[in-house]
Amino acid sequence: MNLINEFKDPALCRHILEQIQAEARTPFRVMEVCGTHTVAIFQSGIKSLLPENLTHISGPGCPVCVTSDQEVGAFLNLAGKNLLLATFGDLMRVPGPGGHSLKAAQAEGARIQVVYSAFDALQLALSNPRDKVVFLAVGFETTAPTVAATLKIAREQSVSNFFVLSMHKLVPPALAALAADRDIQVNGLLLPGHVSAIIGVEPYSFLSREFNISGVITGFEPLDMLQSILILLRLSKQKQPKVVNNYKRVVADQGNPRALAVMQEVFIPGDALWRGLGNIPVSGLKLRKEYNQFDAWQVFDPKAPDIQMPPGCKCGQVLKGQILPHECPLFRVGCTPASPVGPCMVSTEGSCAAFFKYSL
Amino acid sequence: MSHKVLLDYGSGGRASHRLIRDLFLKHLHSPGLSRLDDAALIQDLSGPLAMSTDTFTIYPLFFPGGDIGSLAVHGTVNDVAMLGAVPKYLSCAFLLEEGLEMHELEKIVRSMALAANNCGVQVITGDTKVVPRGAADRIFINTTGIGRVIADPAPSGSSAEPGDAVLISGTMGDHGLAVLAHRQGMDFETAIISDSRPLNDLTVQLIREVGQIHVFRDPTRGGLATTLNEIALQSALEIIILEDRIPVSQEVQAGCSFLGLDPLYMANEGKFICILPEILADKALKVMRSHTAGKDAALIGHVQEGHRGRVVLRTSLGGQRLLDMLEGEQLPRIC
Repeated sequence: MNLINEFKDPALCRHILEQIQAEARTPFRVMEVCGTHTVAIFQSGIKSLLPENLTHISGPGCPVCVTSDQEVGAFLNLAGKNLLLATFGDLMRVPGPGGHSLKAAQAEGARIQVVYSAFDALQLALSNPRDKVVFLAVGFETTAPTVAATLKIAREQSVSNFFVLSMHKLVPPALAALAADRDIQVNGLLLPGHVSAIIGVEPYSFLSREFNISGVITGFEPLDMLQSILILLRLSKQKQPKVVNNYKRVVADQGNPRALAVMQEVFIPGDALWRGLGNIPVSGLKLRKEYNQFDAWQVFDPKAPDIQMPPGCKCGQVLKGQILPHECPLFRVGCTPASPVGPCMVSTEGSCAAFFKYSL
Repeated sequence: MSHKVLLDYGSGGRASHRLIRDLFLKHLHSPGLSRLDDAALIQDLSGPLAMSTDTFTIYPLFFPGGDIGSLAVHGTVNDVAMLGAVPKYLSCAFLLEEGLEMHELEKIVRSMALAANNCGVQVITGDTKVVPRGAADRIFINTTGIGRVIADPAPSGSSAEPGDAVLISGTMGDHGLAVLAHRQGMDFETAIISDSRPLNDLTVQLIREVGQIHVFRDPTRGGLATTLNEIALQSALEIIILEDRIPVSQEVQAGCSFLGLDPLYMANEGKFICILPEILADKALKVMRSHTAGKDAALIGHVQEGHRGRVVLRTSLGGQRLLDMLEGEQLPRIC
């Protein structure tokens, strides 16, 4: 089966869309919590085809968007020290205090290298033995295992010039915080395919059990997303909340035990500060003490002072799905991809950026 | 000659002369260049002329399907061709970093000579500067091209008209993904090869056999999406594009999907957009498809009054969305 084309098949997609139209008799709010879903829904045109009753909301699913101002302040602090920073490209334009960014720091002379994986960052350290290389580790459960594996290698090889600033976040605790928030009205969740490939199905079971919310693990092709929306509508109609794996070609119900093991070996869950959601207990990953020598938080102490959200920025409410991006007073006025105020406008997978880029 | 480029080679003295004679003239010889005067004498160009300049810097210097040398020739030749002209002469300036391997430079110059020959253009004037190590990244090349405009009126980004058809000469995204994959050492099952190639032969044929070309534009940096936006803005019209008509090779589609990139924003170096009255679209497509530079040509959309300066994409599912210009470079996603 051609995995690229079969799951885009227009006739099949239209067929599912008709069923969605028929099922969506009453208002229904569906939230995705994965930046790749955000983009895919816009890019495929699904957004423009959903019935009026069905509201699509982008939750806290973009790793850049949920990175707190404190964390942004911290890595910008690191850029001011004599270090070689290795980062995913998405972080380059994220504005920190005073609108400063890695891109601006680079122009001022900071040494920053865009990498595609943590392993690339380790390679950078090995080929620049006189530099201290710090990898800016953002991302959810999808990214964390590769960072963990890289740290394991660095430890085994006693690499002394490689460090990781862990800003990793965990999806289920954030979903729990959202589900518990009475202000947030979500009828169903599209659960992230990549994250689920690592953690499996069980970590989401509390959604239906404790909060009566259904969740469907979903892939990224149009057919995947449409089918999952239809499943959510039907589960809601049957009043039988459930967590369903609708991405079985990639996600095993038990997840990826090897990835989970290496993650647990290197990281320990800790509290984390999320943009918009605030502090969520045990929703982040810190390096275990055996890895202290690699922990950029410990070694360089880049802590930034408490930072206030820029006035008017409603990234927090957007991330919680309380308002749509264009309902933020800054959208298109003071906040554009050219001069972003909040990170939801910076990252290509941010909900505001997607709204700006794709909405007619 | 030394096996590395020395600062002496840019001095203007004997070392410079040796480099010109033994390398540049050896490969790029033409009656104009061989005169070795301060400027090239052009005696056979008159009427409306098109001129374009471009500076080339790319990492890696050599990539599947081309190198900085062939790119520097094709890029400028194609820009001149997009004005409805027959490119004829090139100037060529090299900015070399001290220490560049001489065999690499020779490989690049040889590749330029071959490319120029394929395009039917001559390099008639040039310049070489050598800067200290660290002041440049190995080699930068500037080329300027000139040619006579044979289309009347000359095609322009501001000449699209309501009712025009939008044609594209082939698959999108090959060059951008080939260079990115090679740079990052990514191995895909099937090699992805840059589409760098000259387009002037086909554009001239279209002008002569079809005519009434309103717009020619090559979607290089920023890709198809960016270039269409430029045209929509310049012409103050709306362009409607049908997603499932846009040719994208399966390899590029899979590679982009894997990296979270959009082929519509990836650079092309051997494709062009042709906008002309709808009634001539079939004829133009026939000409394009019978030429190697346009064998995958397709009609991908049309121009209408609508919302000025906007490009709308009708997706294969039947939805529609904005096809906007990117703010900066496209970045692969985190997960």
